[in-house]
Amino acid sequence: MLGFLTYIARRLFSSVGVLIGVSILVFVIARVIPGDPARIALGPMASQESIANLRSELYLDRPLPLQYLEFVRRLLKGDLGTSLYTRRAVTVDLEQFFPATLELVLASGLLMVVFGVPLGVLAARYRNRLPDNLARVFAILGVVTPNFVWAIFLILMFAYWVAILPVAGQQGDTFLLPNKITGFLMLDSILTGQWAMFWDALKHLVLPALALAFAGLGQTARLTRANMLDSYGKPYIEMARAFGISELEIATKYALRPALIPTLTILGLDFAAMLGGAFLVEAVFNWPGMARYAVQAILHKDLNAIVGTTLVIAVFFLLVNIVVDLIVGYVNPRIRFHEEARG
Amino acid sequence: MTRPSIRIFRSRSWYRFSQNPLSVIGLGIVVLIVLLAIFAPIITPYPRHAGQFVNFSAGTAAPTLQYLFGTDTIGRDILTRIVFGLRVSLALGVVVLAIAVPVGVILGLLAGYFGRRVELVIMRITDVFLALPPLVLALAVLGFLEPNLFNAMMAVTVMWWPWYTRLVYNLTRSIRTEGFVTASEVMGASRVHVLFREILPNCLPSILTKMTLDMGFVILIGASLSFLGLGVQPPTPDLGSMVADGAKYLPDAWWISVFPGLAVLFCVLGFNLLGDGLRDLLDVEV
Repeated sequence: MLGFLTYIARRLFSSVGVLIGVSILVFVIARVIPGDPARIALGPMASQESIANLRSELYLDRPLPLQYLEFVRRLLKGDLGTSLYTRRAVTVDLEQFFPATLELVLASGLLMVVFGVPLGVLAARYRNRLPDNLARVFAILGVVTPNFVWAIFLILMFAYWVAILPVAGQQGDTFLLPNKITGFLMLDSILTGQWAMFWDALKHLVLPALALAFAGLGQTARLTRANMLDSYGKPYIEMARAFGISELEIATKYALRPALIPTLTILGLDFAAMLGGAFLVEAVFNWPGMARYAVQAILHKDLNAIVGTTLVIAVFFLLVNIVVDLIVGYVNPRIRFHEEARG
Repeated sequence: MTRPSIRIFRSRSWYRFSQNPLSVIGLGIVVLIVLLAIFAPIITPYPRHAGQFVNFSAGTAAPTLQYLFGTDTIGRDILTRIVFGLRVSLALGVVVLAIAVPVGVILGLLAGYFGRRVELVIMRITDVFLALPPLVLALAVLGFLEPNLFNAMMAVTVMWWPWYTRLVYNLTRSIRTEGFVTASEVMGASRVHVLFREILPNCLPSILTKMTLDMGFVILIGASLSFLGLGVQPPTPDLGSMVADGAKYLPDAWWISVFPGLAVLFCVLGFNLLGDGLRDLLDVEV
């Protein structure tokens, strides 16, 4: 157990290092790119005075290291500055928009696992037969098709041709926003017992979540298949068969469990892809999330909002990967012992 | 190897490659795309539609024999614009990889060969770049630049090199201890010779395979950027921005966005299948 604790500690420590690096990177991107950020933000019509004001507000008139320290000082106080476009604190904006994105990404992650893993199990069980080939085609198509193209196909199919799901948005017009408890629409509608609204939100979530999940879903299936085949070759499977354990139990209990560990690691990486993909999917579905906010910020040269969004995504991505590493380390002791032996 | 044996090796490689129908399909798609892009002005039915052209009387026409993929809202032939759009996509892929790969490879060689402080500095910087989702990093860079093709290329390049650094770093670390490297070191070969003549050639199969696969993904990211309005600006035809334009006219004028979307899919599919084929052929991990 002590070994596991040092493993956690070391993992957190290295993440803090990466986080500091990310803050420097984002800062450098925002400051080093040619042109005066204040002038870019305010546009060509701005007066000298207002530019000078913004420059001193953003600390742009100080040397770079001082600018960075000031940036970090404000960051630690939870101050990301004011959005130049919405005229509100960036933290307030993010608090409003982040839950919708998180809801979308988590739903996609869920779809990925719920459909990807069983598809992979079937593909391994019926190797080179229909389920396997289906999974293969699906995996290739998932990876090579951009999210926004999936989104458009899905809208055409399920919102127009077979009109069973809504075209865009997060909820229908007839519903009032629930009293904000967590900021997550679906969770709040459950907590307040508004089942009609929950159903409505769920229907709005299906298509965007699917569009976002396809890329990872196919990969999850392929990976699960490969790892399952690996464990099917192991002697303990033969042993289990000799003991007369049913094929279903062998597949789900003995072959699948070791196969899940590498899948879990890839899931962490897929979250990165999904956060990027969310930008495209939110644009197509008019989803009121953080990515849509960020695209607006980019189009309006909204310096603070861009920096804030990028940092939040980086932190979220790091957290996901830490959690994944911890789960993997817990499930598979060899990894943390390996770390110890090396460290 | 003597000449004839090289020829036999090559023909065997081709035989093995051709045994996998998917790889051959991939190669076919890639060759087709490149040829279409090169000869776009000659083979497209309406080359003028690639620029500032307006013909409202033929606007939003569904696919017919005259306009195989239909026309957009201002009457331009979608097929013509897709073929010209391939030029932009391929140019983006080539430029991004032409910069990102050498930078990433050299850094990876240095980090893997010299180790210690060089490795520490380079690999920690690489970690930081890899800690941001790729598209998000490109968007962050583009956020401070004017949206156009050149800046989109630069933004994608900034996010792409670390993957090659990591790949070549891992390869170099295992090759560094091989006998032939030690032998050339003992014989007094210069570091440049060891890095570029001994180690690099052994990394090339992996690098080449990854480049083929990445060509597709760079095209995908480029299309994503212009889909968000942050890449190529009109009237230059670009697959991503064509999909975005057409999305406003769903479901009636579905052809405006569906065909360019399928074109992106085929580009990425072609490079992906070819890359997978190369990976099996060269037996490398990427």
